[in-house]
Amino acid sequence: MIRSTRARKGQRGPVQGMRKDHRSVADRILRVLPYAAAALTAALIGFIICYILVMGIPHISPDLFALKYNSTNVSLMPALINTVLMVIIALLLAVPIGLGAAIFLAEYARRGSRIVGAIRIAADTLAGMPSIVYGLFGLLFFVTMLGWRLSLLAGACTLAIMILPLIISTAEEALRAVSDAWREGSFGLGAGRLRTVGVILLPSALPGIIAGVILGIGRIVGESAALIYTAGTATDLPQGLFDSTRTLSVHMYVLASEGLHLDKTYATAVVLLVLVVGINTASLLIARRIQKGLTA
Amino acid sequence: MHAVRERVAALLFGTAAVLCVVAVVLICLFLVINGAPALIHEGIIPFVSSTTWQPATDHYGILAMVVGSLYVTAGALIFGVPLGLLTAIYLSRFASPRIRRLFQPLVELLAGIPSVVYGFFGLVVIVPLIRQIFSVQGMGVLAASLVLGIMILPTIVTVSLAALDAVPPAYYEGARAIGASHERCVFTVIVPAALSGIVASVILSFGRAIGETMAVVMVVGNNVRLPTGILEGVRTMTANIVLEMGYAADLHRSALIATALVLFVFILAINLLFSLVRKRVRS
Repeated sequence: MIRSTRARKGQRGPVQGMRKDHRSVADRILRVLPYAAAALTAALIGFIICYILVMGIPHISPDLFALKYNSTNVSLMPALINTVLMVIIALLLAVPIGLGAAIFLAEYARRGSRIVGAIRIAADTLAGMPSIVYGLFGLLFFVTMLGWRLSLLAGACTLAIMILPLIISTAEEALRAVSDAWREGSFGLGAGRLRTVGVILLPSALPGIIAGVILGIGRIVGESAALIYTAGTATDLPQGLFDSTRTLSVHMYVLASEGLHLDKTYATAVVLLVLVVGINTASLLIARRIQKGLTA
Repeated sequence: MHAVRERVAALLFGTAAVLCVVAVVLICLFLVINGAPALIHEGIIPFVSSTTWQPATDHYGILAMVVGSLYVTAGALIFGVPLGLLTAIYLSRFASPRIRRLFQPLVELLAGIPSVVYGFFGLVVIVPLIRQIFSVQGMGVLAASLVLGIMILPTIVTVSLAALDAVPPAYYEGARAIGASHERCVFTVIVPAALSGIVASVILSFGRAIGETMAVVMVVGNNVRLPTGILEGVRTMTANIVLEMGYAADLHRSALIATALVLFVFILAINLLFSLVRKRVRS
């Protein structure tokens, strides 16, 4: 106790002079706190993942992957296929637009111009918007006003807007990371701006762009709130773009809220978890490789 | 020919960028137009200050939901911020480089888990746990706060960590040179120096938590009433939309869209606050 009060006094000012023993009780507490917090965080992450895996893996069975869903096999296969379709359509819409916007921001626009400011504010607003608001907008615009009903296309369009800011910011960052010397070299050899973008900048920024796209795929696969009222919850495979359909996350939500097939819900959670974690890890590894390439 | 191609390309890229602005304008427009009937019917002030939500008699007041959202979000911050911040401090100043290399991807992994999985985890683990300990129903503010507290951890850790790492080494060296211990340097010099980044992480996770929908709706209880305790069930604004949008029509539907509008205003305020903090960090 005495040591601790002295230590506290010592901290007040240098008048007290240097102490030989720096490790006071207060210091020890300050040291324990971050360690304990980190241990708790690690334990939480480990527990959540292990719990889902342990409860789910024993219930993964072949009929969970039957091509047709019914209430006895509770197959996730249609939902899985839908998720892939949803990802492809949403990316077809979001990647060209996002990439174009990123090229404009990084290569064409004058920095600090008014239009760039407006685009940045818009992208920031989109990035912070809750997914349920996207869902409502999709319902009002694509589903109701354009008359697409609850459909694959309405869901994909909604998700495309949702991942747009992510695609733009990662692609812009990747383009900006390309050294100016390369641009100057290209211009010096007589290439125009478009040629420079296509031949020099895009290839060297490609890993960064891909990492962003994969991150976007992870967002789409994990999304549920934006899809319930845009793509709906139909269990069958869609016959066309205008058919209602559920993705794996929505499927998981419906199962969990029905509460009828707890075992299958655990198993579905495992598949969803592995899928999303795998996708995000891929993105992380690509991003790592870029960093290594930059420092090497 | 060459010049034409350049012009067309510039125009295309510009159009793509402007589409972002168009999307934001469209979203605002559609929310306002479709939410307006309910806001006019109730009046904006009564809509956000009344606790009566009775679609059957066309009475729409969302105060209970606004308070529910704020309670749950505050709870998430109470759990998530100290834990996340201390974890970031550990990673930045106490962990060995090897542990840090292993730990950081683990936290990022947490960020990738879909919200339905968090909600399900809350439903099968946290809710029964609360039920047993306090012998109550289990779903409510506490359960939702715990689930959201875990969900915002990655945001707090990664953003705070970047801020802590960015503190110039001279601060630490100076503090050590006048005799402070390592722990004291970290907590009295480095953490205050990184404060604006830490505040930014808190603001960001506030936005995440208040906008989270599916994880919350599964564990929060969804009763429309002003909460009097943390074990009681409440309904958040997001949960209100998801629960009733499926069958709502006319004025009821408009009231739900107006709920999203109120949520959107909260998010805009948070974004504004965030950009102010970020500007201060830069200067």
